[in-house]
Amino acid sequence: MIALGLEGSANKLGVGLIKHDMTTSPPTVTILANVRHTYHPPPGEGFLPKDTALHHRSHIVELIHQALADAHITHKDIDVICFTKGPGMGGPLTSVATVARTLALMWNKELVGVNHCVGHIEMGRQITGAENPVVLYVSGGNTQVIAYAEKRYRIFGEALDIAVGNCLDRFARVLNLPNDPAPGYNIEQLAKKGTKLLDLPYTVKGMDVSFSGILSYIESNAKRLLESGEYTEADLCFSLQETLFAMLVETTERAMAHIGSREVLIVGGVGCNMRLQEMMGQMAEQRGGKVFATDERFCIDNGIMIAQAGILAYQTGYTTPMEKTWCTQRFRTDEVFVAWRD
Amino acid sequence: MAVHQGTLIKQGAEARVYIAPFCGRKAIVKERFAKAYRHPALDKKLTSRRVTQEARCLNRCQKALIDTPTVYMVDVASSLIYMELIDGLSVREYMETDEGSTQAARTHIAEEIGRALGKMHNIDVVHGDLTTSNLLMRNNDSKSVVLIDFGLSYVSNLVEDKAVDLYVLERAFSSTHPNTEVMFEQILASYGTSCKASKQILKKLEEVRLRGRKRSMLG
Repeated sequence: MIALGLEGSANKLGVGLIKHDMTTSPPTVTILANVRHTYHPPPGEGFLPKDTALHHRSHIVELIHQALADAHITHKDIDVICFTKGPGMGGPLTSVATVARTLALMWNKELVGVNHCVGHIEMGRQITGAENPVVLYVSGGNTQVIAYAEKRYRIFGEALDIAVGNCLDRFARVLNLPNDPAPGYNIEQLAKKGTKLLDLPYTVKGMDVSFSGILSYIESNAKRLLESGEYTEADLCFSLQETLFAMLVETTERAMAHIGSREVLIVGGVGCNMRLQEMMGQMAEQRGGKVFATDERFCIDNGIMIAQAGILAYQTGYTTPMEKTWCTQRFRTDEVFVAWRD
Repeated sequence: MAVHQGTLIKQGAEARVYIAPFCGRKAIVKERFAKAYRHPALDKKLTSRRVTQEARCLNRCQKALIDTPTVYMVDVASSLIYMELIDGLSVREYMETDEGSTQAARTHIAEEIGRALGKMHNIDVVHGDLTTSNLLMRNNDSKSVVLIDFGLSYVSNLVEDKAVDLYVLERAFSSTHPNTEVMFEQILASYGTSCKASKQILKKLEEVRLRGRKRSMLG
């Protein structure tokens, strides 16, 4: 069984092809193709929905051709087309969903609408082999501590205001760092040279976190701190990372202690930050636990994750009828009925 | 290990918890150890702040006759708090027992939790980490609910802070114990009768709920 996955909820456009060999139990999973094209706005700016949607529309056909070529298959071999139903930005989502619908009609295939967050979780589980971990999902738009129970991915903790990736991206704009390959990546590289820790607000409420205070503080003080020579740009990046990530690791640990779990899986774009992975590893080691993480191919938004979550749902008999293939900007992780897990 | 003759019983997110002798009785000793993942300066700041906050808030609750463990001794230098050993299960564990699964038991727990939280908010203590793991059922006839784990607590008279406190518990309830919405309603009803400013706080809670839900946006 082969699934095509189309993802474009934010500035990454991803196309993936995944194969589940159903003759074995559990099915043997092979990744046939995983291609991506990213929209990079100029330094100092974020990506706007309109421009991002235009980017996706301009590149999606060539990416699908490339994915089919990489996989050495034709559209006849595809069983199901999976696309991101939400959450995400409206314009980019609908531009990709339109392509999914068109292909389904042209090629006479079934459609499966996928929750983006569930896509990240299923991809992470598949790649790392983590069975039932506490999941930290961190990206530009999402910050959630999740665990599975009774057919749902339940949110134990989340950001009460802005997401961690958004906080990093916006600080990158203050420093005018390039958006290529990613603002967070450039902060990570700069932070390696930082040594001096700036005392930033630290806001943890149980398993929830709040980042807006930190962002306001650092945005309004950065200029003064840099001009006086008290801190370097590297020091500020370092301080921001150390503080944000300490909050994330703390709340993840709290969820692990509360549930009694020893495994933690990090997914989402911010999840490929090596410093975050390192800190999580140190936490897990102190509790006799284990961290699972993936690299940028699977952490950062991609088409494979949508194909993987979609094919799992499809195997339980789930499809999305044409009239229900609309997209939604707000689609909570815990709204999805996880029929494929016990 | 800094705890003399202690037996480790649990490693929470914040601290290691030991049972150790203290002046001829058994006590709980909570040791906040250095977190390897945290920058040393940040770690030191958070740890010392939390040790003092916890001891202060426990003391404040105790004075107001709210059921909390009695603090015996605080050793700030070693980040240790010696406190009363409570005999009983956590509410999370208790709700999974046969007894704790009955309707009557759950109504009782809900009333107890609501009352305890109402009294705590009356004296402006905000717990900061309310989960069913941080509430114990005293194992005697009173079956009183004991509030523990005040590491994230602080003193505040703001309606906002108290509403977020309830919101944190609500989220812990819905994620840990699916299908317990009725029970949480009972908690709020009981909270309403025991907390003085409950009307404003519950109204604020509605606002806070909407805020949390917004967070299902981009990815």
